[in-house]
Amino acid sequence: MTLTPEEWLALATSLMVAARALVFALPLAVAVAWMLTRPRLPGRFILNALAHAPLVLPPVVVGYALLLLFGIRGPIGRILFETLHIRLAFTGGGAALAAGVMAFPLMLRALKLSFEAIDPGLDIAARSLGAGALDRFLNVSLPLAAPGVAAAAIVGFAACLGEFGAIITFAANVPGETQTLPLAIYAALQTPGGDATALKLSVLSFTIAIVALALSEVLARRAQKLAGR
Amino acid sequence: MLKVQFSKSLGGFSLEAAFSGADKGVTVLFGPSGAGKSSILACVAGASRPDSGRIELDGEALFDSASRIDLPMERRRIGWVFQDARLFPHLSVAGNLRFGLKRAPAGDTPIRFDEVVSVLGIERLLHRRPRDLSGGERQRVGLGRALLSQPRLLLMDEPLASLDAARRAEILPFFEQLKTRFGVPVLYVTHSLAEAVRLGDRMAVIHEGRVTAQGSLGEVVAQAGSRAQLGAALDGRVTRHDDQMSLVQVGAWDFRVPRIERSAGASLRLFVLARDVMLALDPPSRISARNVLPGQIVSIDEQEGQVLVRLTHDGQTLVCALTPDAVADLQLQPGMPAWAVVKSVAIDGLGGRLLSALEA
Repeated sequence: MTLTPEEWLALATSLMVAARALVFALPLAVAVAWMLTRPRLPGRFILNALAHAPLVLPPVVVGYALLLLFGIRGPIGRILFETLHIRLAFTGGGAALAAGVMAFPLMLRALKLSFEAIDPGLDIAARSLGAGALDRFLNVSLPLAAPGVAAAAIVGFAACLGEFGAIITFAANVPGETQTLPLAIYAALQTPGGDATALKLSVLSFTIAIVALALSEVLARRAQKLAGR
Repeated sequence: MLKVQFSKSLGGFSLEAAFSGADKGVTVLFGPSGAGKSSILACVAGASRPDSGRIELDGEALFDSASRIDLPMERRRIGWVFQDARLFPHLSVAGNLRFGLKRAPAGDTPIRFDEVVSVLGIERLLHRRPRDLSGGERQRVGLGRALLSQPRLLLMDEPLASLDAARRAEILPFFEQLKTRFGVPVLYVTHSLAEAVRLGDRMAVIHEGRVTAQGSLGEVVAQAGSRAQLGAALDGRVTRHDDQMSLVQVGAWDFRVPRIERSAGASLRLFVLARDVMLALDPPSRISARNVLPGQIVSIDEQEGQVLVRLTHDGQTLVCALTPDAVADLQLQPGMPAWAVVKSVAIDGLGGRLLSALEA
């Protein structure tokens, strides 16, 4: 199976978008998951609902909401453009943002489970040994949640590779910029005689999925070891 | 020195803690399960907040409701040894030991890593992970970790409760060494009189959330034990060994006890249960009991259907439990000279038999 330059481009775009999405969404998901396990967090219900919204909303709605917020005239988009000259709508960065937002609740669930599984007694032990809140997070909670972080990274990466609706709504279908594999497959199917390309890209998606699963096994084992299990 | 005086309501149960700790050595919080001992410990540590009152350590307020002081737990510098050890599973034994050491104030680390490791005998465990340790080993590492955080006070919450009798006997000597080697005062929670007697210097008895007695261990044990556990804790010194017997000097009394594996000169605490002591008004002759000890009756108290007679000599006191009938028959009065008769096998110096006798 040989790939045309366009098909290579779709693959590279997919990996790039997923990687960029993880870079911002995973640390944020870790922080939110940890905050949600704090017993006395004000506004916990609202934070929880907001973080899980992309899971229950149609992806197109999420994409549209991003357009409203991060579009060049949106409240956040305008500030970003005027101060930092960053434009998100219809760019690769925007595709990463859309993919990251959609993957966020999935990652959050994996992380929350692993933070909740940590014995709260260990936190008390760390406090009695003189460790402050940030110290305890970095040196006790995070290493113990390592298996959950690994699981969240894998699930998040897979979700980003597969994201369609939010990306096409917020970032459009620009080859080499926002056209990830699902978008390229969709475009091929819209083109007369594009069936062969669509099939090839689908096989490619399947291959990536298998490789990612194999990698995730290795990663999960490493993380288990790190957490001392 | 620790001074505790606070109240806290705990769901239909109110805790009124008022006691002070020993300057150095071990203060035992003694009482049955559910009496509120661990809740008191949590308040001293800072893991739980009293409703009102004051907790003070070496003159500094850790908590004071009147002046709104509530020092965060991580700044109290109070070490805590947990019943379940709570070692960090992602760190090696050495990593666990260094956790507190790294966070102790720089330049104020008199308790050294190498010394703790050698006293606790954990040199060979340093590279292991906590999951590969036995229960007794975990407890020793937990103790080392707390010590190395250079605490001003060490809290120990039933540290032996999750271990079997053999492991307990293995750990107890390490706890005893604590007092002499590191000089950190200890607040020790237990429901086991055997542990209290073996380790304690001061004792506060907690019953249904209240302190019902406190004072030096000897005084409290002689008053506050339950009927089956009442006795005298006597601090003595091993003077010499015969074939099968050891001689332990307590004040002017010489106790003959079954051989104890301690060198001559070692200090030792004996525990004699009140129900194991007989009283004679004339020195008995041709008797199998190896200990016939002269003294003077200082008090006679009736309590729960038995009479407790205290006999002293040279500042040491034995407690003797008698029936009211025996007291009437002998016409015992305070001030009378008498002889306490104790079988050697009833005396416990090292805790093994005591543990089984008291916990049976």
